[in-house]
Amino acid sequence: MATKKMALIATKGTLDMAYPPFILASTAAALGWDVQIFFTFYGLQLLRTSLDDIKISPLANPAMPMPVPMPVMVQMLPGMESMATMMMKNKMKSKGVASLQELRDICLEADVKFVACQMTVDLFEFEASEFIKDVEYGGAATFMKFAGESDVCLFI
Amino acid sequence: MEFSKEFDASGLACPLPIVKTKKALADMASGQVLRVISTDPGSVCDMAAFAEQTGNALLEQGSENSKFVFYLKKA
Repeated sequence: MATKKMALIATKGTLDMAYPPFILASTAAALGWDVQIFFTFYGLQLLRTSLDDIKISPLANPAMPMPVPMPVMVQMLPGMESMATMMMKNKMKSKGVASLQELRDICLEADVKFVACQMTVDLFEFEASEFIKDVEYGGAATFMKFAGESDVCLFI
Repeated sequence: MEFSKEFDASGLACPLPIVKTKKALADMASGQVLRVISTDPGSVCDMAAFAEQTGNALLEQGSENSKFVFYLKKA
């Protein structure tokens, strides 16, 4: 049986949206799939050496379950983003959900290929030194080469 | 059922039970049996899907002390 392939595009840099690409990639790799993630726009934040600054905000995110209903005006106050992030991380930990760091490490161990979009790296003036070392750089054509042969292709 | 190794995934949530089961199988020999314990209800369907896609046979599954137990035979 030929090895199955999955191509993902990770475009978001918030805590909630950082999980799907790493969960799917680590799982597919465990199933023996060949996986590549193309990080572009805000998804590039997921390649930073430290993932500690990845946050979640209840603002403009009305579907986020809150322990206490909170008016939008309150969500805007300084420090609310950090508080929401801390609460979410604590909840995840208590439920046995892996940290982003752990999932990313599992992906790298399993040879998931990380490709950073060169155009958006230049656009946001990121330096390669800000990212983990296991990153390759490429453009849309690089992604299409792998995506064209993939069995599953998702934009996240 | 006899088994040569046990992996306790109690308390872990998706995708860790599957990802770590894969790791637990890595250093085992073909034909050996791995016993996996999990508390994640999602792992019941996931373990079957994992077995089907990787060729490691799911010999038996059930529950013990309100935990899920799986026996996987390494391909």
